[in-house]
Amino acid sequence: MIRRILLSLTILTAAPVALAEPVAVYGKSVWTGTSQGTITDGVVVIDNGRVVAVGPASTPVPAGAKEVRAEWVTPGLISAFSRTGITEVSGVDDTNDAGAGGSHFSAALDAADGFNPDATAIGVTRLAGFTRLAVAPQARSNLFGGQGFLANTSGAVDSVFRDRAFAFIMLGENGASLSGGSRPASWTTLRGAFDDVRFFGARYMSHNEGNVLTRMDAQALMPAVKGDQLILFQARRASDLNAVMDFAEANPSLRIAIVGADEGWRVAERLAKLDIPVMVDSFSNLPASFSQLAATGENAKRLAEAGVTVAIVNLDNDDHLAHLASQIAGNAVANGMAFDDAMRALTTAPAEIYGMPGLGVLAPGARADVVAWDGDPLEVTSAPTAVYIDGEAQSMVSRQTELRDRYRTLDESQRPLAYKH
Amino acid sequence: MRLRNLWLAAAAVLALAACDAPGKGSAKTPAFEASADPFPSTYKAYPSGTLLIWNATVLDGIGGRIENGSVLIQDGKIAAVGADLKAPEGAATLDARGKWITPGIIDNHSHLGAYPSPGVDSHGDGNEISGPVTAEVWVEHSVWPQDAGFTRALAGGITSLQILPGSANLFGGRGVTLKNVPARTMQGMKFPGAPYTLKMACGENPKRVYGYGRGSTPGGAPYSRMGNVAGYRDAWIKATDYKKQLDKAKAGNGEPPKRDLELETLAGVLNGDILVHMHCYRADEMAVIMDLSKEFDYKVTAFHHAVESYKIADKLAEYGACSSMWADWWGFKMEAYDGIAENIPLVHNAGACAIVHSDSDVGIQHLNQEAAKAWADGKRIGIDIPMEEAWEWLSINPAKTLGIDDKTGSLEPGKMADVVVWTGNPFSTYSKAEKVYIDGALMFDRDDPANNPVMDFELGQPGEGDRK
Repeated sequence: MIRRILLSLTILTAAPVALAEPVAVYGKSVWTGTSQGTITDGVVVIDNGRVVAVGPASTPVPAGAKEVRAEWVTPGLISAFSRTGITEVSGVDDTNDAGAGGSHFSAALDAADGFNPDATAIGVTRLAGFTRLAVAPQARSNLFGGQGFLANTSGAVDSVFRDRAFAFIMLGENGASLSGGSRPASWTTLRGAFDDVRFFGARYMSHNEGNVLTRMDAQALMPAVKGDQLILFQARRASDLNAVMDFAEANPSLRIAIVGADEGWRVAERLAKLDIPVMVDSFSNLPASFSQLAATGENAKRLAEAGVTVAIVNLDNDDHLAHLASQIAGNAVANGMAFDDAMRALTTAPAEIYGMPGLGVLAPGARADVVAWDGDPLEVTSAPTAVYIDGEAQSMVSRQTELRDRYRTLDESQRPLAYKH
Repeated sequence: MRLRNLWLAAAAVLALAACDAPGKGSAKTPAFEASADPFPSTYKAYPSGTLLIWNATVLDGIGGRIENGSVLIQDGKIAAVGADLKAPEGAATLDARGKWITPGIIDNHSHLGAYPSPGVDSHGDGNEISGPVTAEVWVEHSVWPQDAGFTRALAGGITSLQILPGSANLFGGRGVTLKNVPARTMQGMKFPGAPYTLKMACGENPKRVYGYGRGSTPGGAPYSRMGNVAGYRDAWIKATDYKKQLDKAKAGNGEPPKRDLELETLAGVLNGDILVHMHCYRADEMAVIMDLSKEFDYKVTAFHHAVESYKIADKLAEYGACSSMWADWWGFKMEAYDGIAENIPLVHNAGACAIVHSDSDVGIQHLNQEAAKAWADGKRIGIDIPMEEAWEWLSINPAKTLGIDDKTGSLEPGKMADVVVWTGNPFSTYSKAEKVYIDGALMFDRDDPANNPVMDFELGQPGEGDRK
């Protein structure tokens, strides 16, 4: 899908305020995510927060531009499904704002309210080449997790660039359990909630409670029900995916994407026909639950080949290690996915799913999220050497690199290591 | 480099000596000795022919690398490794041009079979949470050989693995070492002659599970890290007494103590028959445990997870414990907060024994990639470890911690032919294990569906026999 869509660069959001010096990032390989493909010996020129030129190394660059040289250059990667930045230490409840099992509210919970750009995982994620994050709340009190948001990984106070970007809804086994114990309970809850929203005026005229949702939850779900906001369903089993597609056909105005989709390859043609994108974890190849019996490492490949828009994510650890999506994408390639499809799954596909024009590609006019790598970005042995967000060079320091530098040598003969900082 | 683990080899030899001790006659050998073998291995190597794999890049697993090298497999053993091997008459040959050959990967931290797929409650057999000291349980009694995870691990080049009980308890029970061959029974997978191991755990898990009653206080002891250590010491005091009584009885001086499964295992550690594998994240806790082991005269063979080993790599080298580590897991709990990507190379660089482990049914499928990440992250800070040396993290070092390094873990003549042929450089994401030999028998062939095992659970289910 994505590869056939021309990016509409005229509707880019406002350029960032800070104007950094022009930069020319030279790469032996430059993966553009556009019809330019991968340029051998290419350059990406950045100025005023934008990509201004992409082409062969001979492309003219502005006078005084800083030169950066790398093996590979790519757009900033996009973490398409994460909890990065809404939890500091997953197992320490005080620091974990991903879900709220004890809350009276559900669909209204806005994950952006829990985002902390200082979370240590943000730096770790940025150093792995990811410049943008989609962050989803966890569904804990019922199948409505709440509102997800989009952020950059700069660590700046204003790094959330779109809150209420999507509504997250849990289906399948987990959704059943959150709804009282069965899939029928999930679907009854879901349909009831949609009715609450559709008949909002009548239902909530004199009450705060609908059939399913509180007034605030119904209000929050309204844009999704109207088709103005993306709904992200989590579902794994083929029958669950078909149920989502039945729902999509019955409600054609909805904007739907699916995360999980472990058995997606079995219903790939229908997903493609309905233009429903999926976000899959290509490491899922075990019958880890009765909803993943047909899981295979070839899922992403088969979905992409069927024409489905595919993003690749790490569902095993979506907060501190969401950035392993690039390793997972590399494994998808090892399992037969085309390299370009795997790269798109980390760039243009999430940009399309969430509607982020100008991100995920290297093209004149695009936002200058650019990563310089010391090798093929899908190789586990590679790492970024420079990261730009909106044209600004980012810090390559994280709490992890500071710990590393402190303990690089263990000599305490003169002073304790605590004085090394 | 390899000398640092000599004590392990010595321990293994002692263990074997204890097993083989003649003199009193088997009828008189007390059944409760830790060296007894009431659930013996029934594994026999599957038939294999003579095979010369040639024209490959060979990593022998003990620091050697041969370009255009060959490996000769005969009678299930490595017969020769070299540059110019000739196929004996009648031998099959495999031209592995562009491919790589390594020893099979050994994961010394897995819960496959004990927490199998599907991960439903009925399958949760990995942790006997009923008390903080459950040294009496043996995880082999939980291993379900139909776990599809074993087959996925095989496709990732895993030829042997240690199954450990979970880390809820101070003493979690005995671990078991398996050959990664499909079998109808656990005994059919059991690594012949491998010593038993004991799982212990530091830190947050025991105090959370017991003291905090899994979230609802108050529970029982331990409630704190100091409670953990008191719990270990209390158990070792009892075990020391038990062993004393056993030794006396053996010397013909008094009656043996009443049989006690828990103390039997702990006494087995004090005898050197059972190897200690201890889950421990924090550097300061590992330092306490090393002292504790000296107090009771036993040895910690390996610290597992060891997320902060880099902070005390010098002390670990001096003591002689291995660290079984992840490449990059961190942040999921307080004691994992200081995890860094260079842990493994920093430990290696300090002369301590480094191991890449999985603790995961996903991670076990690509331990080569996990090693590759650590190797590359080391290189970036100037720790340039040759690949052939880094492979020690995957085979020979874990083999040492399981007391099986005299049998497998490297491509040396006389060892079990546990061999992986990779489609390319195994430190590349794009390479896959193409053929996996266990004791010389081809147990997995990526290109031949007939040589891909399918577990009972998968039969008749969607996805049966599909490429995984």
